[in-house]
Amino acid sequence: MAAKTARTLFDKVWDAHVVVQREDGQSLLWIDRHFLHEGSFHAFDKVAGRGASLARPDLTFGVEDHYVPTRVRQLDLIDPAIRRMMEQLRANTLRHKVRLFDVDDPAQGIVHVVGPEQGLTLPGLSIVCGDSHTATHGAFGALAFGIGASEVAHVLMTQTLWQNRPKRLRIRVEGRLAPGIVAKDVALSIIAAIGADGAAGHAIEYAGSVVRGLSMEGRLTLCNLSIEAGGRCGMIAPDATTLDYVRGRPYAPEGALFDAAAEAWLALGSDADAEFDREVVLDGDAIAPIVTWGTSPEDALPITATVPDPERVDDAAKAAHIRDAVSYMDLRPGQRLSDIAVDRVFIGSCTNSRIEDLRAAAAVLAGRSAKVPGLVSPGSALVKRQAEEEGLDAIFRAAGLEWVEAGCSMCVGMNGDLVPAGERCASTTNRNFKGRQGPGARTHLMSPAMVAAAAVTGHLTDMRPLLEGRN
Amino acid sequence: MQPFIRLESIGCPLPLTGVDTDQLIPARFMKRSRAEGYGGYLLHDLRFEGEGKPIADFPLNQPLYQSAEVLVARRNFGSGSSREAAVYALADFGFRCVVAPSFGDIFASNAVNNGLLPARVSEADCEALLAGLATQNRMVVDLEACTIVCGNLSVPFEVDPVWRTKLLNGWDDIDLTLSRQAEIAAFTASDASLRPWMAPRRPE
Repeated sequence: MAAKTARTLFDKVWDAHVVVQREDGQSLLWIDRHFLHEGSFHAFDKVAGRGASLARPDLTFGVEDHYVPTRVRQLDLIDPAIRRMMEQLRANTLRHKVRLFDVDDPAQGIVHVVGPEQGLTLPGLSIVCGDSHTATHGAFGALAFGIGASEVAHVLMTQTLWQNRPKRLRIRVEGRLAPGIVAKDVALSIIAAIGADGAAGHAIEYAGSVVRGLSMEGRLTLCNLSIEAGGRCGMIAPDATTLDYVRGRPYAPEGALFDAAAEAWLALGSDADAEFDREVVLDGDAIAPIVTWGTSPEDALPITATVPDPERVDDAAKAAHIRDAVSYMDLRPGQRLSDIAVDRVFIGSCTNSRIEDLRAAAAVLAGRSAKVPGLVSPGSALVKRQAEEEGLDAIFRAAGLEWVEAGCSMCVGMNGDLVPAGERCASTTNRNFKGRQGPGARTHLMSPAMVAAAAVTGHLTDMRPLLEGRN
Repeated sequence: MQPFIRLESIGCPLPLTGVDTDQLIPARFMKRSRAEGYGGYLLHDLRFEGEGKPIADFPLNQPLYQSAEVLVARRNFGSGSSREAAVYALADFGFRCVVAPSFGDIFASNAVNNGLLPARVSEADCEALLAGLATQNRMVVDLEACTIVCGNLSVPFEVDPVWRTKLLNGWDDIDLTLSRQAEIAAFTASDASLRPWMAPRRPE
């Protein structure tokens, strides 16, 4: 289709995947990559119920991540209920000839870390997974979004999906980030500004000088949290940073095919006069280290702020939320965020488990001891190996933190890594929902360096003074 | 799937903002097969104390709401995780409609795929419905007219037109898609020449 009008990055990628355009507005989209994890059993049950087979097993990839324990990897020592989840995925992928990265695979890890790392995630692709954090892959300029079990079954059987074209929201972050401020602070600032449903019904494009200046790892973190802003996907235009990351990855194209792909990928960026349905602009220079105090990712404030007071809020529904959140989190209105003591820390998850995240945490922890227990789970076996080669694991261990295997771990409370009821955890994860890290657990979201600072001091802390004189 | 046209039922108020899918069904209950039923785990950690004792004043535990098929909640209902089990829990408990000012995108499409109507109302109408439910229990949700009636109160709601058609007819996407095989084959044939790098390289 010849483009007569200017198009956005999102439009270009979407248009390239439309198989059927119906008059009612629904498009049947072709899916280039379908990632599966242990939660896919509901969808495989539907496939089995129809006696159907997979349309394109060659475009389908399984990864064990949500339920895998991070301390024990030997199947016969794993909790039977969790082992059954792993065995179901193994049986389903084996039966349908799908490549599975199981815990014994040297490339296993969190699906949203493995995809980019293996070169399965490429610019311009359509990517789905039964996990809302699939938005992560949009960092490459891919159309990537999370789907439910019915949709997983649909993709398994047809390699396509019916979708409504969302509206387009551009979020520009301009200026320059202060030293120590990272993608997690940017993402939480965005969510605080627009609300946890602020991007509902929209595809987000992240742009501006701050976004262009991020590494691929920072971009993955930023896009990862698109779902926490209510967006179904987030995207960043491919550039030299993107190509440098993709080149040489195991499943990525190589040679002349890579060169042809690179040319097409670089042309995906939004045209200069492309129109967006909405635009939000943030001043990158003003972004401080951010932590959440409540039970929604939008309950985010600079570490220098205080817990909000519901009595000072006019909006009845908002005041009710603050009252409820403050009560669940066991905080006092007006309390300084930096006075909140934590019981444990967690570094990991699809948001912040990549090598750059581990380096940032280690920079704060080096030569210091943690006052509280904590877990560090790398995003993949490859990240783990690299961290060990760089000596980061020794820093974590010397500080008193536990260094474990790759998986979703203490993010979603599925694999046995839980925050005990009533305890408070400083966490690099993406969700501070009630009970997310375990029944009754209290979660504060922040960047890896901020989690490391909380570990060292035993309370929420501005990490900037702790980084003075360090690299 | 059972078509949804007009529903007359008890309405259950849940005046909470941001009821995410982790709360709708905590992760630890998701290992079960659908056949085992998810209704008993709906909003589990809000409904029960630690040792499994029901919290008496939580709406879902009150006898009146055991037969409720409409749930009225505040902004950002079903945000978060893509887990369709959140919809299974609502559907297995007996709900066929959730009314709120905004919904998580994935939750809403999961809902429609299970015959559960996500009816979007304005913030003001939502507060009016919640207030109305204090004195009047019955509600009528009319998907043809896109209105909700509760006592003297009648408010409009929004739902994506395509989803409305799917719900009114009880349609299943898979059958619809399988009838498009020729178009899918034509797409893949032309795409292979347009984007030859799409296919994953098989590493050694």
